[in-house]
Amino acid sequence: MLGMLEFNPELDFKLLLAVPLIPFFGYLLQISLRGRLPHGDKILTGGMFVVMCITVYMAAKAISAAHAGVPFLHHSEEAGMTHGWLYDVASQPSFKNLVIGVFYDPLGAAMLAVVGIVSFCVHLFSMGYMHGDKRYPIFFANISLFTFAMLGLVLSDNILFLFVFWEIMGLMSYLLIGHFSHDPSQKFFHSWATWASKKAFLTTRVGDVCLFIGIFIFYNGFQEFYATSAAAHAALPEFHPMRFTHMWEMAKLVVEANDGIYPTWMTVGGMFTIGGTVGKSAQFPLHIWLPDAMAGPTPVSAMIHAATMVAAGVFLLGRMFPLLSPDVLAAVTVFGSVTALFAATIGLTCYDLKAVLAYSTISQLGFMVAAVGLGSVEAGMFHMTTHAFFKACLFLAAGSVIHGCHHIQDMRVMGGIRKKMPITFACMLVCTMAIAGLPWFSGFFSKDAILLAAWGNLIEGEYFGGPPLLALICLSLGALFTSFYMFRLIFMTFFGEYRGDMEHHMYSAQLAAEGYEGPPPHGHDDDHGHDDHDDHGHDAHHGVHESPLVMTAALVIVAIFAIPGAAGLLNGWFTETVTVENMYGENVGAWVLAGTPVMEGTKEVLVGGLPMAIADHNSHEGHDAHKLALIVSSIVAFGGLIGAWFLYIKRRDLPGKLTAQFPLVYTGVRRKYFIDEIVDFTVLKPTVGFARFLRKVDENVIDGTVLLVGRIHKALGSISAWIDSTFVDGAVNAVGLVSQNLGAALRLFQTGRIQPYAAFAVGGGILTAAWLILS
Amino acid sequence: MPLGAYIAVSAALFAIGIVTIITRRNVLYILMGTEMILNAANINFVAFNRFGSNGLDGRMFAIFTIILAAAEAAVALAIVLNFYYLFNSVKPSEADLLRE
Amino acid sequence: MDQVMLQRAFYGALALLTLTALGIGLAMAGASGVAFGLFTAMTLGGALVCVWERSVVRSAFSLMATFTGVSGYFVLLEADFLAMAQILIYVGGILALLLFGVMLCPPDMEERQLKRVLPGLGIVGAAVAWLSMEVAGSARWYVDAGAPVGDALAEGEFSNARQIGVGFLGIDQYVVAFELAAIVLTVALVAAVYIARRSSVDLEPREGDA
Repeated sequence: MLGMLEFNPELDFKLLLAVPLIPFFGYLLQISLRGRLPHGDKILTGGMFVVMCITVYMAAKAISAAHAGVPFLHHSEEAGMTHGWLYDVASQPSFKNLVIGVFYDPLGAAMLAVVGIVSFCVHLFSMGYMHGDKRYPIFFANISLFTFAMLGLVLSDNILFLFVFWEIMGLMSYLLIGHFSHDPSQKFFHSWATWASKKAFLTTRVGDVCLFIGIFIFYNGFQEFYATSAAAHAALPEFHPMRFTHMWEMAKLVVEANDGIYPTWMTVGGMFTIGGTVGKSAQFPLHIWLPDAMAGPTPVSAMIHAATMVAAGVFLLGRMFPLLSPDVLAAVTVFGSVTALFAATIGLTCYDLKAVLAYSTISQLGFMVAAVGLGSVEAGMFHMTTHAFFKACLFLAAGSVIHGCHHIQDMRVMGGIRKKMPITFACMLVCTMAIAGLPWFSGFFSKDAILLAAWGNLIEGEYFGGPPLLALICLSLGALFTSFYMFRLIFMTFFGEYRGDMEHHMYSAQLAAEGYEGPPPHGHDDDHGHDDHDDHGHDAHHGVHESPLVMTAALVIVAIFAIPGAAGLLNGWFTETVTVENMYGENVGAWVLAGTPVMEGTKEVLVGGLPMAIADHNSHEGHDAHKLALIVSSIVAFGGLIGAWFLYIKRRDLPGKLTAQFPLVYTGVRRKYFIDEIVDFTVLKPTVGFARFLRKVDENVIDGTVLLVGRIHKALGSISAWIDSTFVDGAVNAVGLVSQNLGAALRLFQTGRIQPYAAFAVGGGILTAAWLILS
Repeated sequence: MPLGAYIAVSAALFAIGIVTIITRRNVLYILMGTEMILNAANINFVAFNRFGSNGLDGRMFAIFTIILAAAEAAVALAIVLNFYYLFNSVKPSEADLLRE
Repeated sequence: MDQVMLQRAFYGALALLTLTALGIGLAMAGASGVAFGLFTAMTLGGALVCVWERSVVRSAFSLMATFTGVSGYFVLLEADFLAMAQILIYVGGILALLLFGVMLCPPDMEERQLKRVLPGLGIVGAAVAWLSMEVAGSARWYVDAGAPVGDALAEGEFSNARQIGVGFLGIDQYVVAFELAAIVLTVALVAAVYIARRSSVDLEPREGDA
């Protein structure tokens, strides 16, 4: 049994290579046959099932290795599976050669398993949810390639290939968010999807450019350092400047060579690198694309919010952590903390089911980013894992609710559907408890770890304050709000009475004043293009019903990871597997844990991650800190729960009164702090104006020049045409005429009669003989 | 008589055969002309055999020619009959389908 | 000149030609020369009549003289088997076939084509004669053109039919050729029968044809 769980490079790297290739070939098959592949959806989902099995099996190996205390950093060089890209390995010095391979480590194992499971569930769910959609096969193809990109990103051994997959993912998010932009029958989603897909693509592009610059700052810096440093040559005889393991090693060497202080260029590079995370993981200034991403189909939202896009940003932070200087980490902490609180407050006021979840994703991503910034990279990664499961489940459940309620997303016209959709309700409730951080559910463990990291940083710092204090306050408040708005969502959606078929209810006036969030219920714009229950379309508002088996099955699979027992198991596995030593190897890991030797102020603590005293559960301080964090997180979780219960079950008139009391605050939050408007005014308007100006220049100056050139060419062309028609055609005609006349003459000999032919033959024979004789 | 006499007769017969083929306006004459040409060749074969060597080769060739002439006569007659059925005439000048 | 005069002139010329041939033969080789001249007259005369006569029947019958004359040459050349075969096959077989053909075709008394025949004879004859002279003058002869070689008959033989029979059936001589000849004849006869079937050549099916 244990032998099966030992890592076997020869076989396992082939399996790992198959992991991204299965969805990739599925994509090729589906896209090249344009959906003529019979049961394409089932084949692709089957492929994803295989991928899921492989990833889980491989993750079991990582857990087993961590349990046995065996280092688990595997590069496919072990099995000889590398490929020299751009240059041949033998003919070029190694620093010019980009050797690509597969990298499998505890972090990758965890991430890979998450992506595998969630992607399979999303595929499964899509089979029910997207059934009957006009572009159903293309949707499956795209979502497969999306999965491929994320799997490839996790398995890349170098930052450049991570970037390549990162960009493929950006493209696929564009295509998938814009899924309905090709379907004019979806009147509500049609234009929104077009706009939202562009917004997502361009916004993340800002971050991507930053990441690209960051990559090359590091590349250049490491190469220059390697060229002059004897220590680097000794440590790394063969140096690949893009490979993660070598980058970590080099970061350590560079900092040690610089007397334990991160050089300026590393700080600058780190700042650019986290720009990629800010864009992809939707952190504060660039978060605007994520709420609009719900213009795409709900399974895509689940994919983006749980396993792929936003997770990639946090994953990047995990991969680059040893390269980030204390200043960068401070910035990361601030970004994450602010985002966590800021998005949580917006979530309080949304009525669109998916919008609440979207802002909760942004908020939770803030938690993860802040955790990395606080030095506790494993807590961030752990929260990413738990979040992936419960957020995938929440989104899929929301999709199930939307599907059941005939594509209405506004919570004000839902309510009381827990009896009609029991499985969906159960899954959603479990996951809400998890995200709210109720004790012993999965979110509890990970949030607890993050709050603990903040607390540890605060008390170990040289002075009481700075980013750790900000993080502690913001994250605690954020957790409180999270609990509140998630239970608000549950109470509004599943409790009370069903408001979809009521003429007048408590939200009628507000709905009439503000309009619906999401697609309106009565319009025919929601044409059930992707709806498989047209048979009872007329009494749509009465027929709330449970979703088909494939959808609920997918829900249950991801929900399992949120329930207390499984969450505890997950916690045990994760804290065992993903530790700093396991993630970065003994050498770098120890260096990261110890913190750099000479530091000032809080920086020391930030780099060092959790102070040893607190990390040790058995010590007095550790015990206290854990108890404190437990109390805080329980208070905020239950506080949110009770608050939501009080406002949305007990005293339902209170929210209206509160918002009337503070109209300015409410409007500000309700309009999402006017961020979209600010961006529109500061970025879009000037850009569009400049583009208009350029268009004028183009039309007047450049087009004029082009037109002039065209006219000259036209004149030359007409001269050429005259020469052509007169001389060239004349010559051709002359040849034709000669041939024709010659043919007419020769035709006289072609009588078709046998006797003249015989005479010609005899005459020819005689003449030939005569010629032979006479010559 | 010397060999030259036979060759002269053979050449004359050959020439007459060709003239028959080319000039007469009846398909049967083509057949007759062909027979004359074959006979002219036969005379040559046998004469060269008699004057040149004492073997059998020339006479064998002649026998073959005769055999093939018989076969040819049978096939040609069938063709002549078909010609007549097709064109309702025995004039070779009627058959100018090759011209089309 | 009317037709009768032409006819007389032609046959008169033919008689003169015959006498000339006989004379030349007598002058050159005595009795065998006379025989040669006779055969020449038969051969060439028959051929000329064939070209000359308007009636197909006459032309066909005149060919009998030609074939017989050729068999006479074979006798002079001591190829008695061939002479017999010539008479049997040509005179007995092919000529009979020709006459059948004549009978199956409509009577066709065409105008005598002097304008075509005489220049044709002149040009082709001159060309062939010239070519023969040139070839005879330029070729290197491996034969003694003056006299035959050896004896055509082996010692104690009466005819060379036995020689030819042995030649055909002897393993190391002409047996393959013999077999080939048999195949060719069979195929040709089958083909002739097939082609002569009327329905097989119809360009378009007629009513009543199966």
